[in-house]
Amino acid sequence: MRINCPFCGEREIGEFSYLGDAAPRRPAYAAEGPELAPEAEEAFFDFVYLRDNPAGEMREHWYHGGGCRAWLVVTRNTLTHEIRTTEPAPGAGASERAA
Amino acid sequence: MNYSVFSLAKHALSKHQRWPRAWRNASPKKHYDVVVIGGGGHGLATAFHLARDFGVRNVAVLEKGWIGGGNAGRNTTIIRSNYGLPGNIGFYELSMKLWERQEQDLNYNTMVSQRGIINLYHSDGQRDAYARRGNAMRINGIDAELLDQNQLRKMLPFLNYAHARFPVMGGLLQSRAGTARHDAVVWGYARAADRLGVDIIQNCEVTGFVRENGRVTGVETTRGEIGAEKVGMAVAGHSSHVARMAGLKLPIESHVLQAFVSEAIKPLLPGVLTFGAGHFYVSQSDKGGLVFGGDIDGYNSYAQRGNMPVMEDVCEGGMALMPMIGRVRLLRQWGGVMDMSMDGSPIIDRTPVGNLYINAGWCYGGFKATPASGLCFAHLLAKDESHPEASLFRLDRFRRGALIDEKGVGAQPNLH
Amino acid sequence: MADIAHSPAALKRAEAEAAAKPRARGASQARRLAGGGLIDRQKPLSFTFDGKRMSGFAGDTLASALLASGVGLVARSFKYHRPRGVLTAGPEEPNALVELRTGARLEPNSKATTVELFDGLVAKSQNRWPSLRHDVGAVNGALSPLFVVGFYYKTFMWPPKAWEKLYEPAIRRAAGLGSASGVPDPDHYEKAWAHCDLLVVGSGPAGLSAALAAGRAGARVILCENDFMLGGRLLSDAFEIDGRSGAEWAQGAIDELAGMPNVRIMPRTTVFGGYDGGTYGAVERVGDHLPQPSEHQPRQRLWRIVAKRTVDASGAIERPLVFPGNDRPGVMMAGAVRTYLNRFAASPGRRVAVFTNNDDGWRTAQAVLAAGGEIAAVIDPRGVPEAFRMAAAGWRVIEGEVVGTKGTLDALTSVEVADARGGVVTVPCDVLAMSGGWNPAVGLSSFHRGRPVWKDEIAAFVPGKCPTGLTVAGAAKGDLSLGACLQEGFSAGAKAAVEAGLSGSPGEPAQAADEPVAVRALWEVKAPGKAGQKAGQKAFVDFQHDVTADDVRLAQREGFESVEHLKRYTTLGMATDQGKTSNVNGLAILAEAKGEKIPETGTTIYRPPQVPVAIAALAGPNRDEHFHATRLPPSHHWAAKRGAVFVDVGLWKRAQWYPLAHEKDWLESVNREVLAVRNGVGFCDVSTLGKIDVRGRDAGAFLDRVYINTFSSLAVGKARYGVMLREDGFVMDDGTTSRLAEDHYFVTTTTAKAGPVMQHLEFCRQALWPELDVQLASATDQWAQFSVAGLKTRDLLQNLVDPAEDLSNEGFPFMAAREVKLRGGMRARLFRISFSGELAFEIAVPARFGGSLAENLMQAGAAFGVTPYGTEALGTMRIEKGHAAGAELNGWTTAGDLGFGKMMSKKKDFIGRVMAGREELQRPDRPAVVGVKPLNPADRLRGGAHVLPRNAKLGPDTDQGFLTSVCFSPVLGRWIALALVARGRERHGEVVRIYDPLRNGDFEAELCNPVFYDPEGARQRG
Repeated sequence: MRINCPFCGEREIGEFSYLGDAAPRRPAYAAEGPELAPEAEEAFFDFVYLRDNPAGEMREHWYHGGGCRAWLVVTRNTLTHEIRTTEPAPGAGASERAA
Repeated sequence: MNYSVFSLAKHALSKHQRWPRAWRNASPKKHYDVVVIGGGGHGLATAFHLARDFGVRNVAVLEKGWIGGGNAGRNTTIIRSNYGLPGNIGFYELSMKLWERQEQDLNYNTMVSQRGIINLYHSDGQRDAYARRGNAMRINGIDAELLDQNQLRKMLPFLNYAHARFPVMGGLLQSRAGTARHDAVVWGYARAADRLGVDIIQNCEVTGFVRENGRVTGVETTRGEIGAEKVGMAVAGHSSHVARMAGLKLPIESHVLQAFVSEAIKPLLPGVLTFGAGHFYVSQSDKGGLVFGGDIDGYNSYAQRGNMPVMEDVCEGGMALMPMIGRVRLLRQWGGVMDMSMDGSPIIDRTPVGNLYINAGWCYGGFKATPASGLCFAHLLAKDESHPEASLFRLDRFRRGALIDEKGVGAQPNLH
Repeated sequence: MADIAHSPAALKRAEAEAAAKPRARGASQARRLAGGGLIDRQKPLSFTFDGKRMSGFAGDTLASALLASGVGLVARSFKYHRPRGVLTAGPEEPNALVELRTGARLEPNSKATTVELFDGLVAKSQNRWPSLRHDVGAVNGALSPLFVVGFYYKTFMWPPKAWEKLYEPAIRRAAGLGSASGVPDPDHYEKAWAHCDLLVVGSGPAGLSAALAAGRAGARVILCENDFMLGGRLLSDAFEIDGRSGAEWAQGAIDELAGMPNVRIMPRTTVFGGYDGGTYGAVERVGDHLPQPSEHQPRQRLWRIVAKRTVDASGAIERPLVFPGNDRPGVMMAGAVRTYLNRFAASPGRRVAVFTNNDDGWRTAQAVLAAGGEIAAVIDPRGVPEAFRMAAAGWRVIEGEVVGTKGTLDALTSVEVADARGGVVTVPCDVLAMSGGWNPAVGLSSFHRGRPVWKDEIAAFVPGKCPTGLTVAGAAKGDLSLGACLQEGFSAGAKAAVEAGLSGSPGEPAQAADEPVAVRALWEVKAPGKAGQKAGQKAFVDFQHDVTADDVRLAQREGFESVEHLKRYTTLGMATDQGKTSNVNGLAILAEAKGEKIPETGTTIYRPPQVPVAIAALAGPNRDEHFHATRLPPSHHWAAKRGAVFVDVGLWKRAQWYPLAHEKDWLESVNREVLAVRNGVGFCDVSTLGKIDVRGRDAGAFLDRVYINTFSSLAVGKARYGVMLREDGFVMDDGTTSRLAEDHYFVTTTTAKAGPVMQHLEFCRQALWPELDVQLASATDQWAQFSVAGLKTRDLLQNLVDPAEDLSNEGFPFMAAREVKLRGGMRARLFRISFSGELAFEIAVPARFGGSLAENLMQAGAAFGVTPYGTEALGTMRIEKGHAAGAELNGWTTAGDLGFGKMMSKKKDFIGRVMAGREELQRPDRPAVVGVKPLNPADRLRGGAHVLPRNAKLGPDTDQGFLTSVCFSPVLGRWIALALVARGRERHGEVVRIYDPLRNGDFEAELCNPVFYDPEGARQRG
């Protein structure tokens, strides 16, 4: 499998490491003080443990650790391994932005 | 008719024209007490134990293709009970005890061969981790020995002691571990279950669940609707897919695990060997092929085929550990789809949906679990309560935090 | 566990045997044709087979040389040990397997039909004892009435324990084919990448045409050919292309391609698999045609070829016919007979009978005549095809089928033929050339699980849905005739070039006639009545595994009627030929038994590799010391000079201790190092700890979200210990973080987690909180960092840093961190942190100065007896201080378990906070870190020993924890340990049982405060 890193170009997957489904969003809780919102635990449980695990197209997080250290969002088909799109994570390439 | 050398001789006289089918080619009835989805080792073993141990004989096993066509037919045939955590220790030992009497239980030679497994260690820390595991086994009455390098050199003189990147210091040995002939296990359970009246229905894919006020009352299949008091799913690799039909979302991802077999060669390896400094484990089949594997490919997949980097990684491990296999040729590479659970351990439990039971999350350890998985799932289906040895394999353990994480890597399936 | 089968001794014997054999040239080649062939008669080569000296020519394969030398019997089959000869002329060979070479280079199961002959080649027959002609194993044949398919599963079950003891060892010895050397492979292997617009697999008419078209158009082309000679079937057949002989045309095409700078021709290169993203795996056999690889050359090279487009022109494989006695030496594929005659000028025999169900077989009859041979008969159930009426005039043609064969151990003497009228005639002959039609090689095109589809007119499967970017051309697609191969290859190549964006002209396709290829399926000859009983011979489907047509039917009767069940129950197609000659016949016979059509029955799944590949080639250079990279800390060479003992920590080599000449064991050295620090001063290279530079306006806020404790409040110039969790609430890592400036933090991680933590922090920054202004940079390799510890640390540092720097307790208090100037002006970073519990600093300079810093520390501390110490002393001192480290941060522990519960801020969100609140992570009976002291100070503790209640009975419920870290404490003069024990914090003072059966340890010890040394921490603050 080859991933077309938006910063480095097409590279072999050996340069990347995999995290998984990019769909789950980390719940944002204003966690001030000892008491957490009662639904927080349920929301985090879903975020950390439950997966749609689709047989087909899936947006997933890959890390280009062997290259530019950018986190990428790759849209890939889990049945065929064909990659449709590769986008940088929202904060990837920030070094340029800050410059 | 029992299998034996006598029956073999008798049939030889009639030129083997009169052998009966190993199992009937059953067609679905309207209704069963229990419908088991999945004609793999676990599903068939479940049906066998339901019929033999719990008197539940009105049972159907539904297989979308041919029985044993999933991971039961795509594994490296290793059986062992060298686990280190409560929940796993007792369960896998129960499985080992069932392996030890399987041929008699099933009247089928599944070639259970207890030639031992050695997990090699390459550092003091790894030695202590194996010691912790081995001691936990001994506390639970399971055989385990810690070998130093001298003992190892006697048993495995061909390992790379001289030029190892990571020194081979010793290993954790379980002598009762070994291998079994994976396909035979499937056929043996199928035949034994069939003889007890279980219907084994191939080419019958479940396409949905029939539900009445929230409870499952049957399944829709490519061969029509089939009613059931209880439905158990044993479809590891595709658990998420089937569970979704019942509106369930699981703590599971599907990943590909590769396995490899070499050309057949004369006996070279005694038992099962696992490399502690790389991803490589190996045994030699009775036919002579080296059967080996390593790490999962590492990303969600249902493709049932392996990638090249992992094939190279596994062969590098093999060459690093025993460079004598260099000129032996790799004959076949294949990939199976694993249920990788969020803590690396399985699930045998009720589901939030009434009458629907789940057997899933076996990661790459499903084969060795086959007999105990069948017994415990049958116990759950028949009595509606967990078998004592499977009482920690609960679906809600992730919510509560009662994880069984042998590797201690947390909720990232591709690291287990 | 049993012993292994091979020993260096056995190996030496093999070498001796080989050496003992004198070599000489010109041994007879009785079956070599006087003229013709693509061999070099000027280059005679000598080789031995089973010790017998023989000769051949350059351009021979081992098989062709054996045939030319008149060798009929070359091998024994797997199960019944039946005598077997050469069946094919290619990688599909199921019979002619040999042990090639000797000693450490021994290669079992080598196919004589693909082994390129070289001078001095040594080959031995295998799977026989004591000899090929007299093989005791052949008794299995007599027992075949019992040894039917599946018999293993039905017996060997009594007595229960006898399987491992009795039956299995016997079976294992009998099974297997050749033997592995049993010693390390002495050759080298390489890996390489290649990129191209078009990869062409196969150099027959289709492949050459594809390469020509694309190459002319300007595409970057890689042409891979499995054989050592390019041309494919053109080398074997008498075809005409553009008015020239096929072989001549091929040579012309090769010359043209060789002249194109954009085309790379790779002979002896097997494309064995197609993977994702247009990546193909190929093995180049660089040195296999030589006695041993030439100097500085690998034996084989693994190629990863990345291709925009691929043309699969790997041709077709001829199908055997299934009839009684079809496995006798002398029965050979008709196409192979042509190959041996035309390409190798080697005659398999003089009187050739042809048994075919298709037109191609008739061309073999023509080839035999052309080579001066004699046609015993052409047997074709279809009678004479129209196209061959003229040619066949005067031939003996029998409209019928072969129903039996007769002959000796190594030769055929006659075949029994049942004619259309039911009569049986005997046809004397020494070769039977058989052809059941041709199967397109559907491997590469179906590795992505696209199932092949049935094509009735050629009675074979053709490629179905192909992998993206791959097209199939010519015979591999089922278009068997030459004209079609040329045309299809050409247009596939031209199309690929266009798709690769090239506009050059592909030129003109070569022209050739389409020879007749008609076929009528014949899946099995069922000897009619009398003939059947008379012959009574087995009809083989899988030659190597001895699977017969009857076996297939028996399996079906027993319910193994899915093709996959058939394969697994009978082992059909699982031999080293991967079913190339057996699969289609097998499933056709199955289909008939089931009363199905072949497409309904379907095929098994095709899996890589296309042909077996040496494991060493797939590993390449990554073996022995080069298995993984080695990382060396900045002071490595300095430490090596001092004779340090090194230990592997991940990829790092770290100094474990520095032995002195008089010291008798490691413990003596480590004790000395510990006491030297505790009573004086010592230093240790801690550069392997992960170091991460965190900068930006929101750096503090960012760290607050990844650590359980707070860093935004950390004062500039201060350091603080921090713990980070995984999102699931368990501890991920720990370390000290210093604030060097308002917007600049310096994070350290454990050595093991340096990479994972960096990845995690990048994820948090890029994916979770992109709105934060924070940048991360790994600085692990940029800094050489040393811990300097002990009472005399300040004195030592005074000699090292600029006198202007104030290192006093007031000027540089505990947990202070800032940049300092060294004597001589170099800037360094100084952190007053302590892992050992002593007065300690960590000093960091740019990595390239690591070695000299070590030297400088030695000089600066000479007066105080400064002692370099290794990881063992480091570990001992941290255990004495009760600091949790890797063994306690084992992925199962919570911050609470480790005693950091109170550090968890309740004022903010941070990674893992919520999941850490789950009931099971808050249970009172969770494990906690405690200290352990044996009641008897002489007892030795060991890591991994378990903690049980005093006088506990063994059992699942008695296990309460285990020892995580153990050391001998020189200050306490006894073994001590840290342990994770249920409710540990409440149990200080309790006596427990330390249970370590693996190492015969079973004694009592007391649980205690994990901080064994200076619990008030006065020394590190002093």
